[in-house]
Amino acid sequence: MDFNLMVEISPLLIKAAWITIDISVRSLFFGFFVACGLVFLQSFRFAPIRWFARGYISVIRGTPYFVQLLLVFYGGPSIGFRLDPITCGVFVGAFNIGAYMSEAIRGSIESVDSGQAEAARSLGFGRAQTLVSIVLPQAAALMIRSVGVLAIVVVKNSSLVSIISVVELTYQAQRLIGSTYKPLEIFTLTALIYIIIVYAVMGIIELAYRRAMRYTTL
Amino acid sequence: MSTENQTDTPDTPMVEIRDVYKRFGDLEVLKGINLTVNRGKIISIIGPSGSGKSTLLRSVNHLEVIEKGSIFLEGVQVNRPDLKGLAFERHINHIRQNMGMVFQHFNLFPHLSTIDNVTLAPRKLKGMEAKAAREWGMELLNRVGLAEKADVFPNWLSGGQKQRVAIARALAMKPKVMLFDEATSALDPELVEEVNLVMRSLAEEHMTMLIVTHEMGFARDVSDWAMFMDGGVVVEECAPQKLFSNPDQERTRNFLKKHLQG
Repeated sequence: MDFNLMVEISPLLIKAAWITIDISVRSLFFGFFVACGLVFLQSFRFAPIRWFARGYISVIRGTPYFVQLLLVFYGGPSIGFRLDPITCGVFVGAFNIGAYMSEAIRGSIESVDSGQAEAARSLGFGRAQTLVSIVLPQAAALMIRSVGVLAIVVVKNSSLVSIISVVELTYQAQRLIGSTYKPLEIFTLTALIYIIIVYAVMGIIELAYRRAMRYTTL
Repeated sequence: MSTENQTDTPDTPMVEIRDVYKRFGDLEVLKGINLTVNRGKIISIIGPSGSGKSTLLRSVNHLEVIEKGSIFLEGVQVNRPDLKGLAFERHINHIRQNMGMVFQHFNLFPHLSTIDNVTLAPRKLKGMEAKAAREWGMELLNRVGLAEKADVFPNWLSGGQKQRVAIARALAMKPKVMLFDEATSALDPELVEEVNLVMRSLAEEHMTMLIVTHEMGFARDVSDWAMFMDGGVVVEECAPQKLFSNPDQERTRNFLKKHLQG
């Protein structure tokens, strides 16, 4: 192992890692809204709206993220849908993770004991107020872990946007290998940086979860 | 709710249940129940599980939707098949603010402190200000003997303490009637008495109460009227002294025999 090289190139990789983080954070942010939208659509009484949301989730979950990315980036322009690489990465990332996240959110809402809503209704709270004051705060606490797992998926998925030439961590690593011919050193270092990011995310999730669940004796 | 057309005289029954029917799928759980609860009276409903007693109680505040019949609170109809959507929602929310309900499994809001559990409804539904709400909440917690637990989350309380908080929460809206759905059934035997004490104190203040219970001794002591239900019908109803010692019906006798031995 050429440790000198690893030290030498690490600033370049760390700089690219910020792009990875940027894409991941934005994908998660917009993905959350996509997810909330999907949850909302599934609560409609009018069945076709629910079918649309279910159908969308099935398509996303049934196809590889890589293919979704290629389809939008290379297929999109032929129907006039043209995005620059980073925007495309964020866009596909958000719409992809949103489908999974909507299931996590729905699951958390459904796992709040039905007695909670009954107690609120028996006091005279309306449906909306019951949801906002009683159900969602408890669902949010449960949601942190399941959505947190998806945050890790988003970080790791982001390496795939290298295929559409976004200079994030993985693409930068490949470029540096092109000029140095040291794949072992560079990919080792790259993997190390991903681990640091992922464990930082896991730490944040755990802290947030403990804070949110401080009302329980778990 | 339209309070104008109600006949609010002292003789108006607090709760009136008229010929109520309810089914779950093929199973008919209430088959024509009638019951009148006068102001300040305490009615106990006993019966085996599956007899429909909890369903009846839950129908009173519309947690269960009845198929036929009608239920009145102070002369105002609770179930209103003529009202749809938001109009019914407004109507029922208003009705429910006048009825306190206590559940078998407490159903306290775990994410809120004890005092917030009690004051949430008056703050959000009556616009009570934070300071006044806290004072009111403390008064109620004091009454159930739990003032020192005001800022503790429910999960740190014992079952008996939880149920006492739940009673305080139900009282916070100053209900006209209190519904108890097996309030002590989920408690360890040694915790039952502290909840019963709170319920007795309500009885002394002439709170109108509808109590579904398995505590025969308690029902006999506090109630003005007792009702034995089985298979979705009222088998027998009379003064509790008679029902518990000398019932007319064979089914009542058998039930009590099993229960008092058991």
